[in-house]
Amino acid sequence: MPDKTPEGTEEIPAGGVVATDPADRSAWPLWEVFVRSARGLSHVHAGSLHAPDASMALRNARDLYTRRNEGTSIWVVPAAEITASDPDSKGGFFESPQGKAYRHATYYTQSEGVPHL
Amino acid sequence: MSAQQAHLQAVGSQAAAEPITEQARRAADEARVGWERFQELIAEDKRVEPRDWMPDHYRKTLVRQVSQHAHSEIIGMQPEGNWITRAPSLKRKAVLMAKVQDEAGHGLYLYSAAETLGTSRDEMYQQLYTGKAKYSSIFNYPARTWADVGAIGWLVDGAAITNQVPLCRASYGPYGRAMVRICKEESFHQRQGWEILYTLSHGTEAQKQMAQDAVDRFYGPALQMFGPPDDESPNSQQSMAWNIKRFSNDELRQRFVDMIVPQAEALGLTLPDPDLKWNEERGHYDFGELDWDEFFSVVKGNGPLNHQRLAHYRRARDEGAWVREAAAAYAAKQDAQARETALLSA
Ligand SMILES: [Fe+2]
Ligand SMILES: [Fe+2]
Ligand SMILES: [Fe+2]
Repeated sequence: MPDKTPEGTEEIPAGGVVATDPADRSAWPLWEVFVRSARGLSHVHAGSLHAPDASMALRNARDLYTRRNEGTSIWVVPAAEITASDPDSKGGFFESPQGKAYRHATYYTQSEGVPHL
Repeated sequence: MSAQQAHLQAVGSQAAAEPITEQARRAADEARVGWERFQELIAEDKRVEPRDWMPDHYRKTLVRQVSQHAHSEIIGMQPEGNWITRAPSLKRKAVLMAKVQDEAGHGLYLYSAAETLGTSRDEMYQQLYTGKAKYSSIFNYPARTWADVGAIGWLVDGAAITNQVPLCRASYGPYGRAMVRICKEESFHQRQGWEILYTLSHGTEAQKQMAQDAVDRFYGPALQMFGPPDDESPNSQQSMAWNIKRFSNDELRQRFVDMIVPQAEALGLTLPDPDLKWNEERGHYDFGELDWDEFFSVVKGNGPLNHQRLAHYRRARDEGAWVREAAAAYAAKQDAQARETALLSA
């Protein structure tokens, strides 16, 4: 699939990651919307929207993400306030659980066939 | 360097040509790791997410496709929106308002998805406003009669659904998620349109004729919504390799024709194509050549309403400016007041 350069090395296409948040270049800030679909369930990310302030963000979120009774409660969070893990550190940051299969019930097989275990 | 590129980290392959500084080597490493990871995700049919490294070409293709789709939803409100005040009953009016409101929502979901690729919301609005951006040509046709509202729901939304269902599995995560939401809502659009035509085709002779005329007008343009024939669609191949597109234009068009033939029969209406007939061997309907000269002419801006659609969009944006300004001023005032209160109570 990758092209080869004349030297036989792999040619990497021009590319990159989004470095600055594009939302910062719009007049209204960006809000992330979380909707609780029913009592007893967690709020789940539904999407995002732009709004001048929190109360407008809430109203817009209601109109945009719950037009068919999809929600009983909404959170709006300024997107700029969210701290995210660095996707580049996939290896490092989430390394600890690797190789620790013993944290899962499926690791223990001796009890196979024994009822209720 | 374009505005968009300026916001992307320079980790492209150009770095290799510069003297090998520590920084350049690190950038080249990042690009290599990013590129390998990207290829892996595509090969395993997994999703690419906003903060991942991706080729500029993949990013540009998606920004173009997703923002054009968003613009289409927004401009697409106009042909039907025009009928809200003249819907034949209060129920029809409520249904049409709900549908048009959905289309506004679809536009917003898609703008959100496109924004995660690095192009800001305001830039995209500006591109539509200045006429730089494209949107689906189908919306440059007028809705002349109430039956056209039915034909639009049945055929135009129907074609859109056929196109969009496979996009729910597009390799770019935010795009796929937006499409899932949209597809859930579209099925109501198609059914309400079909029902409008059903009511008309079971009414008076004149009403039935009105329904038939609407279908005659929208059949060809709806089939063209899938884009030019495969051999004239140069970008499709790359989009398929990237798992953005899953089926070719012609495959989707065929799927749509096979679907609507029995639906037209159930309406008691005909489709305006003398070459339309079941092909036992292929297990599909054969259909006639479409008028691609007309299609490309409408794409180039010579459709019946290209000018009006854009003019209307601009007017709506201009006339709404004071509302946006007032909301921003109110937000700023509330902010200032909150800060003052905090100071006083400190
Ligand atoms: Fe839509
Ligand atoms: Fe659509
Ligand atoms: Fe629709």
